[in-house]
Amino acid sequence: MSAAHRRERSVALAIATLAAVLALARPEYFSPENLVDLLLSNLGVMTTAIGTTLVILTGEIDISVGSVFAICSVAAGAAAVRGAPLPAVALVACATGAVLGLLNGVLVAAAGIPSIVVTLAAMIALRDALQWTTQGEWISGLPDRFQWLGLTQGTYPAAAAIGVALIACAAAWMLRASFAGRAIYAVGSNADAARLAGIRTGRVKGAVFVVGGLLTGVGALLNAVRFHQIPSNGGIGLEMKVIAAVVVGGAAVTGGRGTLAGTALGVVLLGAIGPALTFLGVSAYWERALQGAIILAAVAGDAIGARHAAGARAGAAAARV
Amino acid sequence: MSVLLHAASITKSFAGARALAGVSFDLHAGEVHAIVGENGAGKSTLIKILSGAESPDAGSLSVGGASIAALTPPLAHALGIATIYQQPSLFPDLSVAENIALARERGGLWRRVRWAGWRSAARDVLARLGVAIDPDRLVGTLTMPEQQIVEIAKALATDARIVIMDEPTASLSGREVERLLAIVARLRTEGGGIVYISHRLDEVFRVADRITVLRDGEAVATRAAARLDRGALIRLMVGRDLAAVFPTRSGAPGRVALEVRGLSSRASGLHDVSLDVRRGEIVGLAGLVGSGRTELAETIFGLRAADAGSLRVDGVEVRIHRPDEAMAHGIGYVPEDRRQHGVVLPMAVAANATLASLDRVAPRGMIDVAAERRAGERAVRDLAIKTPSIDAPVEALSGGNQQKVALARWLAIEPSILILDEPTQGVDVGAKGEIHAIVNRLADRGAAVLLISSELPEVLALGDRVAVMRQGAIAGVLPRADATADRVMELALPDSRRAD
Repeated sequence: MSAAHRRERSVALAIATLAAVLALARPEYFSPENLVDLLLSNLGVMTTAIGTTLVILTGEIDISVGSVFAICSVAAGAAAVRGAPLPAVALVACATGAVLGLLNGVLVAAAGIPSIVVTLAAMIALRDALQWTTQGEWISGLPDRFQWLGLTQGTYPAAAAIGVALIACAAAWMLRASFAGRAIYAVGSNADAARLAGIRTGRVKGAVFVVGGLLTGVGALLNAVRFHQIPSNGGIGLEMKVIAAVVVGGAAVTGGRGTLAGTALGVVLLGAIGPALTFLGVSAYWERALQGAIILAAVAGDAIGARHAAGARAGAAAARV
Repeated sequence: MSVLLHAASITKSFAGARALAGVSFDLHAGEVHAIVGENGAGKSTLIKILSGAESPDAGSLSVGGASIAALTPPLAHALGIATIYQQPSLFPDLSVAENIALARERGGLWRRVRWAGWRSAARDVLARLGVAIDPDRLVGTLTMPEQQIVEIAKALATDARIVIMDEPTASLSGREVERLLAIVARLRTEGGGIVYISHRLDEVFRVADRITVLRDGEAVATRAAARLDRGALIRLMVGRDLAAVFPTRSGAPGRVALEVRGLSSRASGLHDVSLDVRRGEIVGLAGLVGSGRTELAETIFGLRAADAGSLRVDGVEVRIHRPDEAMAHGIGYVPEDRRQHGVVLPMAVAANATLASLDRVAPRGMIDVAAERRAGERAVRDLAIKTPSIDAPVEALSGGNQQKVALARWLAIEPSILILDEPTQGVDVGAKGEIHAIVNRLADRGAAVLLISSELPEVLALGDRVAVMRQGAIAGVLPRADATADRVMELALPDSRRAD
């Protein structure tokens, strides 16, 4: 636990440093317009990242979220254009995500195919399927009540932010205090031991993929209502953004370790850095290089820590001979 | 007679547990020197030291008369020591010739590969062994005995003068054993020295010139094979005083709680296993490593599927396909490898102790933190678990205390049937006694206990009856009065005459 909190502290420190530099050099970064812009462009990432955190905690991975995001956006838009009421539109987005998550989950948990393979296939196949279905056309002519979820442009950011925060808190509470959360950590730490303790590991893994898909649907909806059109190629590269945020936030890609607080900090750091570069007059081409460096720095810390732990384990393993 | 290999006063401990204490061993040219002993006697550790995989804490090694300061696997290779392990360590996706060539080729990564040379060298070696295996076949397509022969071919191809064989016949059937023994005899006449480790005593008597007996990490005897017989050898293997204090128990067992009938599984290697365990009874399950004890436990607990047979709990036939179904019938299972299976190392003591009984601390899905803490504290108190707090991760605890946490997890479900697999393996003496007391107490409260252990004194002292497994079947069930170390070993040891 303490190791995870250490990561959260260092990411928080990095955010604070970045904020301090910006406050001194470019105070206009903190203008309300820019902050709202930052918030809106990252709400979808954050929502998706909550689901991906759950998936990664069980030791699996989901790289299909970008494609699922695109499909959910288009599905929600199509429903809205056909005159569906707002709750129905939201339901379509969530259900589409959940069904696609279930598909991934069943292939991983029941068929036993490695999740990287399943979700890679889903990522490619779903995106091409969407392109074929839409013939590359964007959805336009969205009804006015679809925009900003029927709220005003002024109230939407606060309402959406509160909504996402509530989802994050509920998920964090579930991880901390529920049977399901305990099962997720146990499966990710040691699936064999969890199975021997009577936990149905397949169900746990399947469930996190469903929740991950559902939350991707929510993220897609929150993103779609900001625009007048819905692209048929949305969410490209989202999976990498999300996984980067989760990893920077301290979750172990091997599962069993990580928190949603860490993920939230990771989303903030990686989301804030790109626009910050623009403000600081650094070429935007450096954004990805810098994000890469942050991920590497975070994971290098893990690898060094893991080597210490592995050394201790190897000693103990030898003792059993 | 020249000494090929000499090990003097080898001592080795792992994390405080003594594996070898002052063992001396030598190997002459042109002899087969067998090492025998019970599970855990130190055979594997000695092999690892002779092959350079582990370095001794104290003692010295010399090869061909030259003293070796630090033996490493590459150095052992260069000195002509080849080790053939129980499980072949081959590359399944490479051909036989490539596997053999990789063992002998040395040099830069960018050398040219001389396919023709590789193939003819492989053919020569296989011909020397008198076997017809196509050197171009992929090793993955070979049978287990064929792979074993390729391992031996690898050793021959490196011109090894010292060949260490660890249970080479464990996966072989009668005819294949004959062929392997012929190969061993041939190696001996070519002037090599063979260290031969086997549980099959009749084989040992057929090939060995000398036999060294290991017991509890000490070499208790080295004798000429011709001057020993099977009975004398078994007495040397088990002959320790059973005075070690074990708590005794009174109380008559009740009705049958667990009834296994005709359980067979091809995949798990179980043949028609039938066994009863009564309420308030501890049945010790003895047998060699690989005799099917763990497979039987895992089949009962729903981790492995059976092809045939039935299971009754309290007289009612049950079908168990998953651990949670076994738990619903009141069955608990403390697995053998506690670090891999018994506990979740990074999780806190309290969380580990309640992992199998989450339904009790989280009745409606949400964990009652107070109840969890109470359960954790109760486990720490009842089992005398030494831990800084119930929030400490289990990986911070000693082996014995980790095992107690694994036990606590199952005691928390109040099992009516508990299967314990090697519950005191790698546990210090103090914790061992405490674990024995816990097991006894559990039986006194009326639970049916099936205790798997490779440690004979433990099985003999705790078991009201002792069932002995051999090659996937029950070789015999002995009541406490008849269960002596000699009789258990006699039943446990396989015999290749029976193997077919």
